[in-house]
Amino acid sequence: MLRYTLKRALSLGLSLVVASLVIFFVIEVVPGDPASFMLGLNAQPDTIAALRSELGLDVSKLERYLSWVGGMVQGDFGTSYTYRTPVTEMIGDRIWVSLPLALYALTLSTLIAFPAGIYAASRRGKPGDMAVMGATQLGVAVPNFWFAMMLVLIFAINLRWFSAGGFVGWEKGIPAAMKSLTLPAIALALPQSAILARVMRSALLDVLGEDFMRTARAKGLTRRQALMRHGLRNALIPVLTIIGMQFSFLLAGAIIIEQVFFLPGLGRLIFQSISARDLIVVESVVMLLVFMVILVTFLVDLAYAAVDPRLRSRT
Amino acid sequence: MSLLSVQNLSLSIGPLPILKDVTFSIAPGEIVAVTGESGSGKSMTALAVMQLLPDSARTSGHIMLGDEELTAQSEKALCAMRGNDVGMVFQEPMTALNPLHTIGQQVAETIRMHCILPKAEAEAQAAAMLTRVGLPQDRFPLSRYPHELSGGQRQRVVIAMAIARRPRLLIADEPTTALDVTTQAKILDLLKDLVEDFDMGLLMITHDLAVVADMADRIVVMRKGEVVEQGDTRHLLAHMQHPYTKALFAASRHQVDLPSAEEGKTAILSVQNATRDYALPRTKLFAPRSFHRAVKGISFDIHQGERVGLVGESGCGKSTLTRAILGLEPLQDGSITAFGTAVAPDMPAQARIKTQVVFQDPYSSFNPRHKVGRILTEPFHLVDTPPTRAALTQIIGEVLSDVGLQPSDAQKYIHEFSGGQRQRIAIARALITKPELIIFDEAVSALDVSIRAQVLDLIAELSRRHNLAYLFISHDLSVVRSVTDRVLVMQNGEIVEQGETETVFTTPQHPYTQTLINAAPVLPDLAALSDKTETAHAPA
Repeated sequence: MLRYTLKRALSLGLSLVVASLVIFFVIEVVPGDPASFMLGLNAQPDTIAALRSELGLDVSKLERYLSWVGGMVQGDFGTSYTYRTPVTEMIGDRIWVSLPLALYALTLSTLIAFPAGIYAASRRGKPGDMAVMGATQLGVAVPNFWFAMMLVLIFAINLRWFSAGGFVGWEKGIPAAMKSLTLPAIALALPQSAILARVMRSALLDVLGEDFMRTARAKGLTRRQALMRHGLRNALIPVLTIIGMQFSFLLAGAIIIEQVFFLPGLGRLIFQSISARDLIVVESVVMLLVFMVILVTFLVDLAYAAVDPRLRSRT
Repeated sequence: MSLLSVQNLSLSIGPLPILKDVTFSIAPGEIVAVTGESGSGKSMTALAVMQLLPDSARTSGHIMLGDEELTAQSEKALCAMRGNDVGMVFQEPMTALNPLHTIGQQVAETIRMHCILPKAEAEAQAAAMLTRVGLPQDRFPLSRYPHELSGGQRQRVVIAMAIARRPRLLIADEPTTALDVTTQAKILDLLKDLVEDFDMGLLMITHDLAVVADMADRIVVMRKGEVVEQGDTRHLLAHMQHPYTKALFAASRHQVDLPSAEEGKTAILSVQNATRDYALPRTKLFAPRSFHRAVKGISFDIHQGERVGLVGESGCGKSTLTRAILGLEPLQDGSITAFGTAVAPDMPAQARIKTQVVFQDPYSSFNPRHKVGRILTEPFHLVDTPPTRAALTQIIGEVLSDVGLQPSDAQKYIHEFSGGQRQRIAIARALITKPELIIFDEAVSALDVSIRAQVLDLIAELSRRHNLAYLFISHDLSVVRSVTDRVLVMQNGEIVEQGETETVFTTPQHPYTQTLINAAPVLPDLAALSDKTETAHAPA
């Protein structure tokens, strides 16, 4: 198990190095010089040159890459070209919206998907299964911003239970902050849970056809006992994979939902920075997201091994 | 009173009748074998007794366990019965265990399903049961996972699970079909012992008549969902009445009329000191890779027109050797020469024409979306100028007739054929380039006895017609004995004995060969048997 963990950790480190190289050099080739963009069309060449040297853009690419990576390791992501504030601060503000929102949505999605998937699998081909499958079909097909608008219409405008948007901040207390994240989290969770429920159902149906499920029934387990004790854990591997992918998506892909609910999240930050050619912010946020995704993949790998003893003994 | 009594059991799934009026019974301590070919309804009979039928199954008739009518029981009562009064052992030990639970958990689960016990007590009972089936705690602690055990050991775990509550009836559905002969012999002995120890009834489902004759007190022969004949083993073997029973036994002791070999002097295949290694996963992160030597310096020749058998148990290196001979994998040492060309993965395509192969599984070795004609002509990609149009149709027609099918079958898809016909198509595909050497890799192992007899006859006939040489690889000793001139016995990557087939089988020299031959169940000599029973029944 230790060897397996070390191996995964080593691959995590290598992925990070490769990712940082790719991000840095891809963004370098994107057209548009931040200094000339900031100073506008009528700027004098020497003003631009002065700004470039102030921003540290005049040294070689390799030096810039190394100082960027070196800074990140120490928690210093550099200074935003447009806002002239440390990127670390900008990310710090936003991540406390995006990360809890992603986790909130993922929890909701899992809480909806597991029972729905298990229920549908245990009633395969019966009306209950068809109802769940119909609902998930709808959930996959309808975009999350439409759910967002419906939620605002019903719960904010008509029932007035929630505010229609904005984030009150954690200093107002956890319940209040969570409350302002609830509608966005539901809007994000619904399509994700529909996908997850379908994966759960099909993974369970695959397992139900396995020989050891018949063995379990021959030992005297009821259908339900066999499903819960022997089926569920065996079906978890594909489900864990999807959960890992969904977390990554929820963290970075919530931009439309952030926009609908006026949430100051990472998605909006990255969108604004790209429009402003604020390359250092873009690089840093992308790097941070990549780090999170790779970390989640690592955790999912560890979860596989916790579920499956065959992975533990294999290296 | 009988332990299990099945009366007029009929079963259908949807519109499809599966069982018709099946009637038999089992007494305590009695071993009853239900036998027949695939599709005869053997396994469905077993599942009907367990009441674990598919949802769409409709049954009529009676299944009495003691004085309880199982068909009338509630699901709750059935769950209490399964595992407690009736235990079941399945065919495939590799998949019958939950890979995520330890063997201790799985055996203890049977116990705790049926009586309320502290965990430690259930585990103690599970440990005792595992020890009883030959898995002592010092070597096989409860914490082992199924993937750490071999097939035979897993089957012992399955048996321990099935008998943990000392059921009155044990059902074993092809319990040894997936196992090697030596393992099979041990598992069958274990089952016999357990029946005696626990005074259980054993309902054994098997297609292997030699196993049946060896194990059973009584035999039930089924065909297409009906019982065609049943009776006391010795009596039934000596006085079988139904033509199907006779045909079944005749097919399983079928002797192929193998033409005497017209051996040429030239070796067409020459394997010299062949060695094949597989890399093993590293034991430590930066440790040097270690290797598993699957084939250890094997040498042999096959001459023109010679029929050679290769026997050995799973994991002995048979398949690895086959892949090397076909030039699919590189050797680490030694050489293989076929028809004067060195065999290797990068050998020229034309050099592959003269050696062809027939694989085991007639169900998965064809592309289901291609017509037979296209499947057959696949080997022609080895040829520089493949035949076209009329010539091609002619060749396809010829090989199809050669293997006993119709030229018009070329237009059909593979799902329209039975297992035996598919294996004929596989042979036709191998024949189409007019090879001189064919590798039969367990080519008849998946077939029913009567079909197997026909395919073996076909192989003999083809070798007569085309002066074919072949390497016949099988775990089934009786089959190898009937279709080969010379046999190689393989163990742990080495050839431990080789010689003329009859000599090796009658006077085996190597201890391993002797073990193999002794472990293989054999059909008793029916003629002798019938003489004996007649004397026994003769008036004093």
